[in-house]
Amino acid sequence: MAVETLTPGAGGSGLGSGRGRILSSLRSNPLGITGGILLVVVVLAALLAPVLAPYPPTEVHFDTPFQRPLTEGFPLGTDDLGRDILSRLLFGIQTSLQVGVLSVLLAVVIGTPLGLLAGYSRGFDAVISRLTDVTLAFPFLIIAVGLAAISGPSLGNAAIALGIAQIPTMIRVVRGETLRIKESDFVLGARTMDASPTWIMLRHVLPNATSAIIVQATVIMPVAVIGEALLSFLGLGIQPPTPSLGIMLSDAQQYLFRAPSAAIFPGIAIALICLAFNLFGDALRDAFDPTNTSRKGQR
Amino acid sequence: MLQDAENILEVTDLEVTFGGTPVLHRIGFSMRRGERVAIVGQSGSGKSTAIGAILRLLPGSGRISHGSIVLGAGRTRGDVEDLATASEPVLRTIRGQRVALVPQDPMSNLNPAMKIGPQVADAIVASLRGEAKPDRAEVRKRAVALLSEAGIPDADRRYGQYPHEFSGGMRQRVLIAIALAGEPELLIADEPTSALDVTVQRQILNHLQSLVDARGTSLLFITHDLGLAADRTDRIIVMSEGRIVEVGTPRQILLDPQEEYTQRLVAAAPSVAAVLDSEPLAGTLPDAGKVPAPPILVVENLVKEFALRGQRGSTVRAVNDVSFAVERGTTTAVVGESGSGKTTVARIILGLETASSGQALIDGESLTTTRGAQRRALRRKVQPVFQDPYGSLDPTYSIERLIDEPLRIFGVGDRRGRQARVGELLDQVALPRSVAQRRPNELSGGQRQRVAIARALALEPELLICDEAVSALDVLVQDQILGLLADLQDRLGLTYLFITHDLSVVRQIASTVVVMKSGDVVESGSVDDVFNRPRAEYTKELLGAIPGAAFAA
Repeated sequence: MAVETLTPGAGGSGLGSGRGRILSSLRSNPLGITGGILLVVVVLAALLAPVLAPYPPTEVHFDTPFQRPLTEGFPLGTDDLGRDILSRLLFGIQTSLQVGVLSVLLAVVIGTPLGLLAGYSRGFDAVISRLTDVTLAFPFLIIAVGLAAISGPSLGNAAIALGIAQIPTMIRVVRGETLRIKESDFVLGARTMDASPTWIMLRHVLPNATSAIIVQATVIMPVAVIGEALLSFLGLGIQPPTPSLGIMLSDAQQYLFRAPSAAIFPGIAIALICLAFNLFGDALRDAFDPTNTSRKGQR
Repeated sequence: MLQDAENILEVTDLEVTFGGTPVLHRIGFSMRRGERVAIVGQSGSGKSTAIGAILRLLPGSGRISHGSIVLGAGRTRGDVEDLATASEPVLRTIRGQRVALVPQDPMSNLNPAMKIGPQVADAIVASLRGEAKPDRAEVRKRAVALLSEAGIPDADRRYGQYPHEFSGGMRQRVLIAIALAGEPELLIADEPTSALDVTVQRQILNHLQSLVDARGTSLLFITHDLGLAADRTDRIIVMSEGRIVEVGTPRQILLDPQEEYTQRLVAAAPSVAAVLDSEPLAGTLPDAGKVPAPPILVVENLVKEFALRGQRGSTVRAVNDVSFAVERGTTTAVVGESGSGKTTVARIILGLETASSGQALIDGESLTTTRGAQRRALRRKVQPVFQDPYGSLDPTYSIERLIDEPLRIFGVGDRRGRQARVGELLDQVALPRSVAQRRPNELSGGQRQRVAIARALALEPELLICDEAVSALDVLVQDQILGLLADLQDRLGLTYLFITHDLSVVRQIASTVVVMKSGDVVESGSVDDVFNRPRAEYTKELLGAIPGAAFAA
């Protein structure tokens, strides 16, 4: 019976049990659940925007501008051109999330390997860390504004600019984790087994740094969403009439007193997206900490 | 309320629960004035919970659900109080003034951002609450007096130094000074020396004892070391799993234990066993008649210098001209206190550090000079078991993957063959095969160390370097792991190099011993020679510091 646990295929179940632990830890964290539910709602809203939206986001109704929320036919009212705010909001969330996900991917894909290299080898560290220091000396928005200004305003360029601006922090996080993990006894043990640096980095350092990377990604995500809103607000991101939360804010600014709802709803949407990612990221960090569960169990 | 006026503390039917689960099961004991009592138990036995209850400083969800803790009236001030029900303001007049604590870890219990003098002065001011505002110069004078009384030389000058400028032993003295600031009637010492080297431990405890005796303070001493408890106290309370197992004088407990648990504890206590057993448990010297085989490990004039940070050109010599040899199939122990360079020697042998000069040869070859296939072959011959079973296993790996990793790195066998080998290794270290898919954090310290051993054995090495491999474990578990190592040596013909600070472990497992101090080899030879006829002054000092030695006769 005991041998059964070692039958072929059992090797893979190790990963499954790890995932189970993380899920059950997430489930027991009320803030994590709240974040998770919010996240699901936001993602669903973005994905189902074409289905849920009552009108196309750019359709104008010149006869009904500045409608209040809960008016017949326009649940959240309309803006200065009579465009339905609900429809624009749904499509705006879609663009915002697109930009967010793209820039996070960029930061992770470029920042992680560079961070690993910097943490593991002193030679690379000298070069990479000086470069990140230089980049970090500029406020990230200035970099993003500069890049967007050079490459022209568009969704893709905004995502790239925001992603690049977040790479240094990602490098720092991964580098710090690598420095910590490479001093641990289990890495020393692997070295005495003649494991190559690549083996150690990919099989020991990276898995142990994953939680930090994911948490950092959930921190970058809301920053990128706000960053997109900001860039679009400044006219350097998404171009009107394509809806984005930033564009909506920037449009509504001119009529703030006449139709405050046109600014309030996208503002709430940005706040909710950020809150969802932050709560979920916090819960993920707790769930990923392998020492966390054991300590709770022992005392 | 107090059954005997001569008692300073009476604990009756004390039950402590954590989130509804009882952790202490109605324990009761009493202490007379001026008496020294030890509570001995392994981790999880409830000894720390007991003092947490007495001080009413239980962590988290812990609370006293039943029983009383009666503190006798003070000689000069204070009434009889039941600490289990006393209100917080009353407790504040008791803690630090009538009952004081010397905490366990001198490294983390001092504020690193505050000079030590003011930390002592704070304790003095706190103990004077309610009285006239004390004069600053007066407080300083008393703090200096306390510090020098606690054994800190040149206390007036060191008053203005920060904790990091003090050694562990000196910090513990500062903590003792803080505890004595309020002139308590009852002093609770929670493993006050477990983080310190044996010779320092002896100095501190001698000093603490003289201070306590001079003031007539009662001492409640918490420790996991039975030998230490026997040396230092009048009465021993043995605890296990939240219950009191046995109470008696040191002589009764050590020489005539009544309960089965105490008997096991006495048998396993290495400090006691070291003096009671004259025969080492494992490892025999090679027969004199046999043709001597070449030693498996030869360390020749090894020197390691580290560059001092921020001071170009200046170096510190961690290992100074160390030479010794290890015969195949035997156990050699390298003993020394922290800073003796023993771990650096182990790391050089493992090829994790390069020697500044000299060499460590395994079967005539060195890991630092060989390359490629030759080096890989050499790696397979020597494997480590590290001290901390919590840090030496990658927490993201399952047990199967951990044990299987060296096989995968060396490309040994196919998937099915490796699985069979993992099963075999688990059997060898007496772990059930069902743990294969568990994670390290689901196992106990002893189980983890078994996994570490299984992993080290995976490549069928000839030499195991055990760097403090049992020092993080409780005595009973330590005893089991040492037994397992001896058993594996018999079956597999392994050679061990045991790096340890614990002389009693040496006695238990090794046949040859190398004593190191500040990078030098002070003495080396067979365990019997070194233990019975130590030549070097330092070795004598080390041997004398083993607690429990008085009960050898």
